[in-house]
Amino acid sequence: MYVAVKGGERAIDNAHAWLAEERRGDAKVPELSVAQIREQMTLAVNRVMAEGSLYDPDLAALAIKQARGDLIEAVFLIRAYRTTLPRFGASRPMDTGTMACDRRVSATFKDAPGGQVLGPTFDYTHRLLDFKLAADGEVPPAPEASEGEPPAETPHIMEFLDREGLMQRDTDSKTPPRDLTREPLELPATRDLRLQALTRGDEGFVLGMAYSTQRGYARNHAFVAELRIGKVAVEMDIPELGFAIEIGEVELTECETVNQFAGSKTEPPQFTRGYGLVFGMSERKAISMALVDRALRWEELGEDNLGAPAQDAEFVLYHADNIQATGFLEHIKLPHYVDFQSELELIRKLRREATAAAQDAPREAAE
Amino acid sequence: MTPLLQVENIAKFYGARIGCTDVSFDLYPGEVMGIVGESGSGKSTLLNTLAGHLTPDRGAVRFDTRADGLRDTVTMSEPERRMLSRTDWAFVHQHARDGLRMNVSAGGNVGERLMAVGARHYGDIRASATDWLGRVEINEDRIDDRPSAFSGGMQQRLQIARNLVTGPRLVFMDEPTGGLDVSVQARLLDLLRGLVREMGLSAIIVTHDLAVVRLLADRLMVMKDGHVVETGLTDQVLDDPQHGYTQLLVSSVLQV
Amino acid sequence: MSPAMTQSDQDLQEDRGMNDYNFAYLDEQTKRMIRRAILKGLAIPGYQVPFASREMPMPYGWGTGGVQVSAAVLTPEDTFKVIDQGADDTTNAVSIRRFFQKTAGVAVTEATTEASVIQTRHRIPEAALREDQVLVYQVPIPEPLRFLEPSEVETRKMHELEEYGLMHVKLYEDIAQHGAIATAYAYPVKVGGRYVMDPSPIPKFDNPKLEMAAIQLFGAGREQRIYALPPYTQVVSLDFEDHPFEASKADHPCGLCGAEDSYLDELIVDDAGGRLFMCSDTDYCAARQAAGHRGADAAPVVEGMA
Repeated sequence: MYVAVKGGERAIDNAHAWLAEERRGDAKVPELSVAQIREQMTLAVNRVMAEGSLYDPDLAALAIKQARGDLIEAVFLIRAYRTTLPRFGASRPMDTGTMACDRRVSATFKDAPGGQVLGPTFDYTHRLLDFKLAADGEVPPAPEASEGEPPAETPHIMEFLDREGLMQRDTDSKTPPRDLTREPLELPATRDLRLQALTRGDEGFVLGMAYSTQRGYARNHAFVAELRIGKVAVEMDIPELGFAIEIGEVELTECETVNQFAGSKTEPPQFTRGYGLVFGMSERKAISMALVDRALRWEELGEDNLGAPAQDAEFVLYHADNIQATGFLEHIKLPHYVDFQSELELIRKLRREATAAAQDAPREAAE
Repeated sequence: MTPLLQVENIAKFYGARIGCTDVSFDLYPGEVMGIVGESGSGKSTLLNTLAGHLTPDRGAVRFDTRADGLRDTVTMSEPERRMLSRTDWAFVHQHARDGLRMNVSAGGNVGERLMAVGARHYGDIRASATDWLGRVEINEDRIDDRPSAFSGGMQQRLQIARNLVTGPRLVFMDEPTGGLDVSVQARLLDLLRGLVREMGLSAIIVTHDLAVVRLLADRLMVMKDGHVVETGLTDQVLDDPQHGYTQLLVSSVLQV
Repeated sequence: MSPAMTQSDQDLQEDRGMNDYNFAYLDEQTKRMIRRAILKGLAIPGYQVPFASREMPMPYGWGTGGVQVSAAVLTPEDTFKVIDQGADDTTNAVSIRRFFQKTAGVAVTEATTEASVIQTRHRIPEAALREDQVLVYQVPIPEPLRFLEPSEVETRKMHELEEYGLMHVKLYEDIAQHGAIATAYAYPVKVGGRYVMDPSPIPKFDNPKLEMAAIQLFGAGREQRIYALPPYTQVVSLDFEDHPFEASKADHPCGLCGAEDSYLDELIVDDAGGRLFMCSDTDYCAARQAAGHRGADAAPVVEGMA
């Protein structure tokens, strides 16, 4: 006699209770605080802010805690939260030229006004596990800047190339940029939407796409004209006041790449650019974004479509969002037995017919 | 009599480079026009412009549509042009894989245009496909095979069947025998000649091979560097070429 | 509060406690946007209307499209039913029903005949729906041509120009290869003689029910599309004249209620591979059993393990 199973509600409740226990882990170990995550796992916090499209280090840290360190899960929490936030308006375009750079490097010039500032980078560390960290070793204080003041002005290196007329000019279309989170993505996608999709796209995916362009899939040799990281003021026009006020500061990573292109029917040879801009200190993402941005510009620059994945806007933009990706990927865990049942019925039917046909054939041959 | 196709002052440029320019001619029902020249003469540019794959920088391409008479296809909306290319027009590509669905069976390839215009009886579609495969000399037991399993000549014949099954009035052909063995070419040309005559087709055929135009084309246009240097009846032009370039072409043909 | 929590953690908890949701979670602007898309969809039956899908608290692929449509359509007076695979008690149906209980406070029911809005995944209820009901479908891939043509740009053109030859080529190939059309679910249909539509992954058995008295709304969150069927719209499953569409199901009655006309789940009940067939629509089956119908394997329903 078959006994129908019920109890879906109870199963879910018990699963959630167990999840909460696992999240806390061994109760004898001190609980992580949101502030600890914010301060000591900053790069994770940066990634969650960038892919969540929400600048709030505390919330990002909370999301990481709740998600047990699964950054995509944390991004999901932030995105869902963001959906509920009311919108008051938009800031003015941020002037990254005024950035107080903690880090600023250029691969195209040995030196430039503002200097090459390494900043707190992993770049030249030797990747050796530091066991002193496990023992909570105290950190010796970093040396203070002793020679003079840090330069007040750090103009964009691209400006110098532009003055010589060597850069392909981006025309200001004067149309306000559209918001990817407020409109469905439709193709062909304009550059503003492409850049938005890339900055909030999965870092691993964008990295892979960028890497593919370096390895010959739509190869264009990119030079990092400038990589700068630091705080930039956010200004917003307040209609009631009649002027703009600074509402805060955000940390940004901006990467501008320079690529050569061979000129077209109407243009002499010029440098072209790729652009990456990401919340927080997120170098890998910003550089990857610049390379993929450049690859996706092949059409407007009159280049050939070499069939490389990174040139295919539909492919890149439709698969860059890790929340969409993981949602659909993981949905295959959900019950599909109704559809599976219909496949079973169909295959049984087709096999019955095929067997019957095979049985008829030898009989006919014998006749 | 209304021309089927009226081409007026067509020009297509690539920046400063001339693709083709100053091309005008009329094509009447049942006529085959050959366009010859060497690589870089502009003949493929011209063909693709006439067929609507490229947008001309100047000129008009008027087609005698069934419903509205002569209409300029250059200024037509894209939906209308696409409809035209599924019904009254056909395009035979140089490489069969550009004109076939390689992951669909031969029968499916031939049947697609029929299904696209509303055929809904599987048995009838299959019978049409079988009939057409026969007409292009493909054995009917290959009907369920994919074109990737066919030889180059067979693929080309399948492409022709796929294009002709809905009875188009105008066929564009881009080097239809290019890349095929000489004996295969001969068979294909014979087939094309028969079909064109049977179906009263008009065709515009681009080729660098004078033997193809000799066999298929009533009229001929010789192109060099984007310009038409000579035009006229095929036999006249080939037997008594006037322009220096045409003379060069004719005299270069290997006598076997 | 554990000693490890710092002052700033406390502030965070107090400042940002998010306890107030708008009715059915979405803000009014968003609901307006979705309703406009729904109206467009109803005006052009079967046409996929792009809409700015919002990030929801459940993952893309798990019903966010259906949830957004339901959220835009629900009013406080509605009675809401959620099913997945035909059952009210499957985990995702439970999760979605709870979501709306929490954010909308609407009455919920398992009885199809009592619901005013029904959200479903992969089935149409067996009981015929009425003019005062709305059926909301969860759709994973709205584009019926997607598996034949991966490019969105190209498929939109095909719909615009009514270029559906490729769809029939697929059916032709099935018959050539298998002797029959080999699509068992998400079986494509032609709507109002114009658009080809994917009815969501319902088994083809359910296709005839698509012509019904209720409003049908289809939501695809991740793919950002909404489409709709107004009541009594003509819906024809694609086929050939000499290979007509068949709404087939397993050739068994329900083991619990004896129904001959409902879609069945097949369960494996013992190590020897013994099978039991029962109605996928649990409400339909329960109602029949309550009315006294009994199948060959009927047994009392017991609370199973969690």
